[in-house]
Amino acid sequence: MFSILRSIWGVLLHTFAKRETVLYPEELPYLPPRARARIVLTRDPDGQERCVACNLCAAACPVDCISLQAAEDEAGRRYPSFFRINFSRCIACGFCEEACPTYAIQLTPDFELSERKRKDLVYEKEDLLIDGTGKYHGYNFYRQSGLAIRGKGKGEGDQENPPVDIRALHDPR
Amino acid sequence: MPLEGRVTTIYIDNLPYGVKDGQNLLQASLTLGFNLPYFCWHPALHSVGACRQCAVKVFKDESDTRGRLAMGCMTPATEGTRLSIEDPEAKAFRAGVIEWLMLNHPHDCPICDEGGECHLQDMTVMSGHNYRRSRFRKRTHLNQNLGPFLNHEMNRCIQCYRCVRFYRDYSGGRDFNVFASHDSVYFGRYEDGALESPFSGNLVEVCPTGVFTDKPFKEHPTRKWDLQTAPSVCTGCSLGCNIIVAERYGEVRRVLNRYNADVNRYFLCDRGRYGFDFVNSQRRLRLPLVDGRELVPEGSATQALSATEGGSPRPAPASSEAKGAVVRRAVARARDILHGSRRAIGIGSPRASVESNYALRSLVGPDNFCDGMTSGEHRLVGMMKDIVASGPVRSLSLAEVERADVVLVLGEDVVNTAPLLDLALRQAVRTRPEAVAEQLLRIPLWDDRAKREATQGKQGPLFVATPYPVSIDDIAVKSYRLSPDDIARLAQAVAYAIDPEGIAPLVGAADPLHVVAETIGGSLGLAARPLVIAGASLGSEAILRAAANVATALAKAGKKDAGLFLVAPEANSMGSALLGGMSLDEALEAVRTGGADTVVVVENDLTSRLKEASFRALFDSTKHSIVLDFFRNRTTELAEIVLPVATFAESSGTFVNNEGRAQRFFEVVNPDEIVSASWKWLGLLSGRGTGEEIAWDTLDDIIARISEDLPALAAIGSAAPGARDVPQVHRVPRDSHRVSGRTANVASLTVHEPPPPRDLDTPLSYSMEGSPRGRIPSSLIARIWAPRWNSVQALTRFQEEVGGPLKGGDPGALLFGPASDRTRAYFDGVPEAFAPDPRRPLAVAIRHVFGSEPLSALSRSVSERIPSRYVGITPDAARSLAVADGERVEVTVRDLRMELPVRIMAGLAEGLCALPEGLPDMPYVGLPAPAGILKRTAP
Repeated sequence: MFSILRSIWGVLLHTFAKRETVLYPEELPYLPPRARARIVLTRDPDGQERCVACNLCAAACPVDCISLQAAEDEAGRRYPSFFRINFSRCIACGFCEEACPTYAIQLTPDFELSERKRKDLVYEKEDLLIDGTGKYHGYNFYRQSGLAIRGKGKGEGDQENPPVDIRALHDPR
Repeated sequence: MPLEGRVTTIYIDNLPYGVKDGQNLLQASLTLGFNLPYFCWHPALHSVGACRQCAVKVFKDESDTRGRLAMGCMTPATEGTRLSIEDPEAKAFRAGVIEWLMLNHPHDCPICDEGGECHLQDMTVMSGHNYRRSRFRKRTHLNQNLGPFLNHEMNRCIQCYRCVRFYRDYSGGRDFNVFASHDSVYFGRYEDGALESPFSGNLVEVCPTGVFTDKPFKEHPTRKWDLQTAPSVCTGCSLGCNIIVAERYGEVRRVLNRYNADVNRYFLCDRGRYGFDFVNSQRRLRLPLVDGRELVPEGSATQALSATEGGSPRPAPASSEAKGAVVRRAVARARDILHGSRRAIGIGSPRASVESNYALRSLVGPDNFCDGMTSGEHRLVGMMKDIVASGPVRSLSLAEVERADVVLVLGEDVVNTAPLLDLALRQAVRTRPEAVAEQLLRIPLWDDRAKREATQGKQGPLFVATPYPVSIDDIAVKSYRLSPDDIARLAQAVAYAIDPEGIAPLVGAADPLHVVAETIGGSLGLAARPLVIAGASLGSEAILRAAANVATALAKAGKKDAGLFLVAPEANSMGSALLGGMSLDEALEAVRTGGADTVVVVENDLTSRLKEASFRALFDSTKHSIVLDFFRNRTTELAEIVLPVATFAESSGTFVNNEGRAQRFFEVVNPDEIVSASWKWLGLLSGRGTGEEIAWDTLDDIIARISEDLPALAAIGSAAPGARDVPQVHRVPRDSHRVSGRTANVASLTVHEPPPPRDLDTPLSYSMEGSPRGRIPSSLIARIWAPRWNSVQALTRFQEEVGGPLKGGDPGALLFGPASDRTRAYFDGVPEAFAPDPRRPLAVAIRHVFGSEPLSALSRSVSERIPSRYVGITPDAARSLAVADGERVEVTVRDLRMELPVRIMAGLAEGLCALPEGLPDMPYVGLPAPAGILKRTAP
């Protein structure tokens, strides 16, 4: 008997308690910047595509919803000739972001993906590419890589010595 | 590498293991399945002990607890050797070595094509080095342009020396070396330029990291785990090297070596590795043509495209029904023609599979079947088949060629007709000096550096008789430059020198060839495993006969291990010869006078085998023509009906190589519903009556029929398991277990993921699921991969022992029995001595590894290496004609007149001139034939 009365009292108190339910979408919940949802492809600080089409995101993806093809442009940079994410399959696990060696692929807090047709959830590279660096500023993969591209010759990267002159008798170093 | 059968017991981490005698600790550990990292050791290049990566702890005896570090690859596995791989000090040493090697290795993996199949990655992970401690700057190098096949990225080098050891020591290349010193050692050419060796592509697989990567592959790089792969057989020449073909997004991307201990072992030639690209050619046929017009499936976008572009683009997705309707229309039309014809002649092809040739043979009837070879080629291949099947001695496999100790090459320019034979001969000449070093100095066969120091480049006897200089001259004891007839006479004289009782001397016993023959005969007579090599490339039956006579003489002299190696012209020459058809000239005759009004041509561009006039006459005198081919050529242009067929990459079948080894190739690309194998099309055509029943449906069906019908080919069924032999759940997956993008690849077209294609013909599946790795039969190995071994070095996990046969026996089935029941009679007929006519030199065929094979010539990368046509003349002839190198002359051969630049060939035999055969810009001539050469008068 007492427990019933206590429960009724409890319910009564809750009637006046602060409401937990948020009136979405009028009121938007706070999402931390690292919340994982819609995937974007970012650019490096120079404004170039960061993705070098290494395929690691696709390999890491547990639902196999990333598909891409690598190519090389005339500057010698690798880029994806197409990059497709089927968001109707994506589970926002973030493995792709973790696998990405260039900080290109990043998950954003934007979870509001809803379409009337499933096909509209298939995003191509144009839909994924954003203009900024996303969460990781300042990183430029080609500054670290030993590959020569237009504007950065051999030995001009960070932590690199100038190329060896193999015909020299003495090493100038 | 002959290993004695004795077994030695060694102790690894205190457990006893039995290994074959004569191995080193690294070989033994890998054979036993241990993960011991290494770099500079390679199963074909053996040990040099340069990288220090395979260090293990070796203990004196049971009571020794301290032990000492030793390099696994440089320590013999002797009885009672105790070693530890897991010893902490050995592990720390190995981790230290890899850390040094990684000091200068660039941060390139994401953009490196080797990533995911990189031996350096595997070894780094295996050694436990995972965090860079060095804060110093990295050494960098400039790259070189090494031509159309290889990409060079020297920063990635870890100085294992494998490339230079393969290129110079193993394959005899000269234009690649190691430069500079200490930590700036550089591997490359003296200056930029295409690598000359036709084996350069192997550097992709030999290099443990990404210094040398596949350049054509770099146009559309794909990770190893994403490539759909299937076992296949190279179509580039008659040797039948085993390959793995890889596909992604419906396009063939690359070819890798597939180990077969009896055939190609570890290496491929560049024609085989890069020639596959014809599959992706712009000239591919994708739709049937009726009267020159494409039958376009309804609802496809091709109609508009093909009107504007010359090529035939892939049909845009049309419904299955629409495609089926197109197939039915083409088949109905072709059937009407066949039913209405009085006599249909079927022209097969030595480049088409046994199944396709057989299908044609049963469609038109055995009496109307032509094997698609010119009468000369037909006779030569027929004779070759007889010699191989029942000749005096056994036909050797390519791997056995490597073990021959004295070799006589008659008329074959091996590097250009069967490239890998050149590589095998380069190993053969080392066998004798190395055996001596092993016996006298007790140097084990795997100790490569010591072996080479001891032998000092000495080479065993190799004799070469060809009309012009050839690649193997540099390893020959003596090269003779003779006309085709004189080569046959020399061989006959050699046979006489070995068996003077059984064979008559040449007319005029004082012939100078007898003196030469004495030397060669004497050398062959002393050999344990003598070998005679001949082939079809000079078009001379006399050479084949004489070569067989030398082999017979050797057999009669009691050489049990004597061998013969005959090079056939094309990938399936032997297989089509076994079907027993008529020659192309007889087929022409049948059309002209035999009342035949229809021809069915299968995968044979007749312009490469017929003179222009005969070619025209054939199509003029037949009422109907049906051509099955995979790309547009002159033959498909003239045909009434053209059916698009699948290449080796899209269909399955069997090739018979030059030694009579039947080998199965499997489709790796699921063909479009319209493009299908020739034998499938012909099966549809052969259904009699109202037209719905089909003679055979699957590969199993047609192979069963061949086995029933032709006893000589009965063994092709055992070349590989059939689809029926393997239950559905144990099908071999074409995809790796890690393949990506399954739910996104076609999402742009449809989000309803289609089921994987069904494959009723083969025991493979278009899936990542299926038979566990350990249970795959050797003929179905689609991928060289093992846990922790992502690179091709995982091969040791598939072999019985390192460098030995594959587990479960090597793939393929020999069609001809052992040597015991062979006839040992001599052939008659020695040609007369060649009398040079300075005014009409005899034109002989010369071939080029890149260009003389028509399919690989369509490959974009190979086409960059094709020479343009020329005529080779002797310096004497050049002097009497007063022409300089490169000047144009007028050449008349068999009433064909050509204007060709001159190439002065020092060493070309007197009274000859050389014309390149099969080059894309070279018409069919029909060599050998006397030629008239005139200096072009200024216009």
